[in-house]
Amino acid sequence: MDIEKLIIIGSGPSGYTAAIYAARATLSPLLFEGVAAGGQLMLTTEVENYPGFPEGIQGPELMPLFKKQAQRFGTRIVSDDVVSVDFSARPFTVKSGDREVKAESVIISTGAQAKWLGLESEAKYQGFGVSACATCDGFFYRGKEVIVVGGGNTAVEEALFLTNFASKVTVVHRRDEFRAERILQDRLFANPKVEVIWDSAIDEILGETHPTGAVNVTGARLKNVKTGETREVAADGVFIAIGHAPSSELFAGQLETKAGGYLVVKPGTAATAIEGVWAAGDVTDDVYRQAVTAAGMGCMAALEAVRFLAEQDHKAEGHPIAHKEAEKIGAW
Amino acid sequence: MSELTLTSANFDQSVNAGGKPVLVDFWAPWCGPCKVMGPIIEQLAGEMTDVTMAKLNVDEHPQMAQRYNVLSIPTFIVFKGGQPVDQFSGTMTKDAFKARLQKHL
Repeated sequence: MDIEKLIIIGSGPSGYTAAIYAARATLSPLLFEGVAAGGQLMLTTEVENYPGFPEGIQGPELMPLFKKQAQRFGTRIVSDDVVSVDFSARPFTVKSGDREVKAESVIISTGAQAKWLGLESEAKYQGFGVSACATCDGFFYRGKEVIVVGGGNTAVEEALFLTNFASKVTVVHRRDEFRAERILQDRLFANPKVEVIWDSAIDEILGETHPTGAVNVTGARLKNVKTGETREVAADGVFIAIGHAPSSELFAGQLETKAGGYLVVKPGTAATAIEGVWAAGDVTDDVYRQAVTAAGMGCMAALEAVRFLAEQDHKAEGHPIAHKEAEKIGAW
Repeated sequence: MSELTLTSANFDQSVNAGGKPVLVDFWAPWCGPCKVMGPIIEQLAGEMTDVTMAKLNVDEHPQMAQRYNVLSIPTFIVFKGGQPVDQFSGTMTKDAFKARLQKHL
């Protein structure tokens, strides 16, 4: 079996940026795109804070550009999801649904996925009024009333997007202020369709079952987290936007995680504790979680991988001054 | 075999035709996860000859989405003899999708 020089797992801004840099260093990386190809930006609409697009760009338009740029320099892309990895010995093993690949180095850019509340009623009505993707499902709520749960950028953006369809958007947030960017908050507060209910969490999602067995959401019971008081709010849809959790389960037991499940990297680098394995983007970033920071971390990981592989080559050739040579090769 | 493109005009006839189960992908061009699942279903249309794969654009035919209580896309409905026997939504791997379909064969 051939041994790949570099495998990149994930296809958001961090994975593709790593691929662009690694491909330009002629490593011909193999990138596993996964079923959530393109990452979280594929579920957004207008991206207004990615530099270089002064008029903004649609998330689903931006990500194919990343992909194209990565492919231009020789990145090979497979669409499979990685199902397991073995980092216990190098070359490392990466398995997907239909293949097993060995690699000298791996960059993990698996990103993060939307969090759910974890209520039974939420699971019951998922796809029937409960959604985590306003851009996918907003269309079905024309002239209807919806609830958005959360207080970060995603929640406020989803609420604003839903005002294009819904007659009323109620934002439910467990604190008394939003974490979202000021500009988004200002837009939200100025929108006459929006009502905000502070200090409240979803206690239960309410719905009905028709004689045919079909179910649909009729509203939610909210609980004030300060007073304990409950109230019911009628709605046809409930959009969950309470943040994201890192997609790091694949590496459990092999790589160290910190609170929230984020992969640990050495400060100021993208290196994990295993030599030859890097992590970049939302899977490791519990602070910034932006497309542009993910891209930056992907670049760091690729440059570190390029240097590492050059050092390995020199060691293999028995050069005594391998490190100095590698430094010359290094791109920074 | 390639996928059938359904409309509100040919829907009932198509999900009723032949003895094979019919998988209908309710999708729209502006939906990111639909773009992920589209190629997977296209591939499976070639591989699984005992299921008919079909797609319906909900943007063009919202009344069909309404009829089947589709409130999220992509939603997939498996029809047998014209009757829906399974309905699920969201992205999944090709293997998971295939396994879900095979339950109905």
